[in-house]
Amino acid sequence: MFDTLTTRLGDVFDRLRRRGVLSEGDVAAALREIRVALLEADVALPVVRDFMAAVREEAVGENVLRSVTPAQMVVKIVHDHLAAILRGAESEANAEGLDLNAVPPVAVLLLGLQGSGKTTTAAKLAKRLKERERKKVLLVSLDVQRPAAQQQLAVLGRQIGVPFLAVRPGEKPVEIARRALASGKSEGCDVVLLDTAGRLHVNEEMMLEAAAVRAAVNPHQSLLVADAMTGQDAVNLAKAFSERVGLSGIILTRVDGDARGGAALSLRAITGKPIVFMGTGERVDALEPFHAERIAGRILGMGDVVSLVEKAAETVEREDAEKLTRKLESGRFDLDDLSSQLRQLRRMGGMGNMLSLLPGVGKIKKQLSEANIDEKILKRQEAIISSMTGAERKNPKLLNGSRRRRIAAGSGTSVPEVNRLMKQYQDMAQMMKQMKKLGPKGFARHGLPGLFPGGAPRH
Amino acid sequence: MRFWRRSAEEPEEPEEPEAPQEALEPRAAPAEGWFGRLKAGLAKSSARLNEGLNRIFTRRRLDEAALSELEELLIASDMGVRVAEEVAASLRRTRFNQEVAPEEVRAALAAEVARLVEPVSRPLVIDRERRPFVILVVGVNGSGKTTTIAKLARHYRDEGRRVVLAAGDTFRAAAVEQLEIWGARTGCPVIARGEGADAAGLAYDALLEAQKEGADILLIDTAGRLHNKAALMGELQKIVRVLKKLDAAAPHSVLLVLDATTGQNAHAQAEAFREMVGVTGIVMTKLDGTAKGGVLVSLAEKYGIPIHALGVGESAEDLRPFEAQSFAQNLVGLEP
Repeated sequence: MFDTLTTRLGDVFDRLRRRGVLSEGDVAAALREIRVALLEADVALPVVRDFMAAVREEAVGENVLRSVTPAQMVVKIVHDHLAAILRGAESEANAEGLDLNAVPPVAVLLLGLQGSGKTTTAAKLAKRLKERERKKVLLVSLDVQRPAAQQQLAVLGRQIGVPFLAVRPGEKPVEIARRALASGKSEGCDVVLLDTAGRLHVNEEMMLEAAAVRAAVNPHQSLLVADAMTGQDAVNLAKAFSERVGLSGIILTRVDGDARGGAALSLRAITGKPIVFMGTGERVDALEPFHAERIAGRILGMGDVVSLVEKAAETVEREDAEKLTRKLESGRFDLDDLSSQLRQLRRMGGMGNMLSLLPGVGKIKKQLSEANIDEKILKRQEAIISSMTGAERKNPKLLNGSRRRRIAAGSGTSVPEVNRLMKQYQDMAQMMKQMKKLGPKGFARHGLPGLFPGGAPRH
Repeated sequence: MRFWRRSAEEPEEPEEPEAPQEALEPRAAPAEGWFGRLKAGLAKSSARLNEGLNRIFTRRRLDEAALSELEELLIASDMGVRVAEEVAASLRRTRFNQEVAPEEVRAALAAEVARLVEPVSRPLVIDRERRPFVILVVGVNGSGKTTTIAKLARHYRDEGRRVVLAAGDTFRAAAVEQLEIWGARTGCPVIARGEGADAAGLAYDALLEAQKEGADILLIDTAGRLHNKAALMGELQKIVRVLKKLDAAAPHSVLLVLDATTGQNAHAQAEAFREMVGVTGIVMTKLDGTAKGGVLVSLAEKYGIPIHALGVGESAEDLRPFEAQSFAQNLVGLEP
């Protein structure tokens, strides 16, 4: 998400920066381009209007044009306003995560249009609450409209090991919701997570039903689940749901698509409610907190190193890291270690995902995606290592031509691929030696991305 | 063999989730036919556009300010900045600085929109020589593929054709069950395997079986997938490849289902699906909300992929053929 917007804004800023002194005309031209970039990114028109008015007011002032680095000032103003929209009134700390401070069972209601991803999100959220916050969750489906919707949530509940409120045929959503709360209470649940039927915001009857459910369970959180690919209609849907039903926050789905993500800005600005999470993939654990500042940085191509480091810390298993550190101290780095590095890299979401978090890589990333880096390459490389004998992995020098042919055949790859991996391994081993001289301090935790000399593995 | 058992107890729409439609639009007597329903669906889409047009153009000179407001209005229909500029420019050429009535602006706008979508307004033609006629339905998650298949199944069954459904969404939980319920409602046999089964293998078996049974039409559902996931798109290509082993011309139609609430990303979707699996036609869903589907106009101009039908509700009847004139007129709020 946001890639194209990032590129477009980057281009505008590049042109600005190339000029030393800015005239009022230069700034106005840049602002016009920013307006088009935002509209093409599907930011809703009313939001664009307000945004441009606010930025213009600041950006054409004398103190910007007279400043030593006018272009830098304009970029900063745009960044600050973007961040302000995404952040809203609350402080950053407040806006993060989901506030569940209420008497249990805390009711959480998920609302949205058909196909916005409510049911999948319900499962993701339940898993997150269960595993990260040690909450006892009850999953409930109020979707009596879409065929097999209840079954879908029941299946997902089983997959993630979260109880699902048994369905009683013919029961109305409000009744199910009441029963769910009672059941949650008697079972000692912390959270009752209610998934609703998708509804169009112009559907009077369904909106009344949503309001009735809300009145019946008095949810502590009413979250609008919305697709990151939503266009200008975001305005109508955000208005309708917040006015008719009432919202406390937003979950943005399909952020892993290539949408330019204007919906994030629109929904945030129009509802005035924070985006609490974003769905980043089809797997049940692909739900991440939405950090306004970091996302604003990402949009403007400033990267999100904080998220990257966190991700690394989270994914790299401590033991593995310590083992690696010990190995490094002893100056050995064999193919088993490389294999575990590859696995970790893959767990972090592959190269594309990691690159998107690095600063200033907007353009590089585009080129890379045009070069079509195959994420599967990591898997193939693991397969190559798996096809080696233990002795070969410990002592790669053994690998002569005949052994390499065998390994290629065994892993379903080719000898050049094996050779490439070996070259990569040698480069890394070389680097390890240098690192040893520097001392391993802090390396185990932060050094991971640096292990790939020259960036991504090529194929 | 439950295959061609045409269930005698044809279920009479077990509590069809239709009530909302009724509640919304008390009008739409069946006599009005598809157009009435389409209009009812699009009415909400055009309501806001209309409101805006009236505000801008009642007793007003078509000056730069008015034109730029008009342009913004078109942008708000998801038409995209460039096409909106073009349409506004065409008004500038012909009517600049004239005193214009809202009706006139609307007519001009409708004419321009119709001109742009006319070339792609083509129905889905079932070639009777090709039996079974294989229709592969693709799209991103949540766009409405399964519901669209149900609507198509109902439509073709009502025409008296033998329709077979293939539950190719083997990824999402309970997707197979969802299609099976629709199969029961529309009286079409469903070929399914368990969750997690290979979708291409299922498609192959489904075609084989449909051929054996002499079906007229095979509708293949697929799992929703984001168009930027290379591996998932590869899976889709595999489905097409294996179908060709049984019938070199299959799939005879590849339908891309687009959600009307999607903004400019619809372009990326159309481009990727077209490139990877050769989309032959578009169905746009969820036009019964406030979304205007303006992106169809810019899609038509850019890719020229035929637009077959519009989804205007959740029940099996709510699929309407795409028709350029009425789409354009409805979009700008003109009576056809």
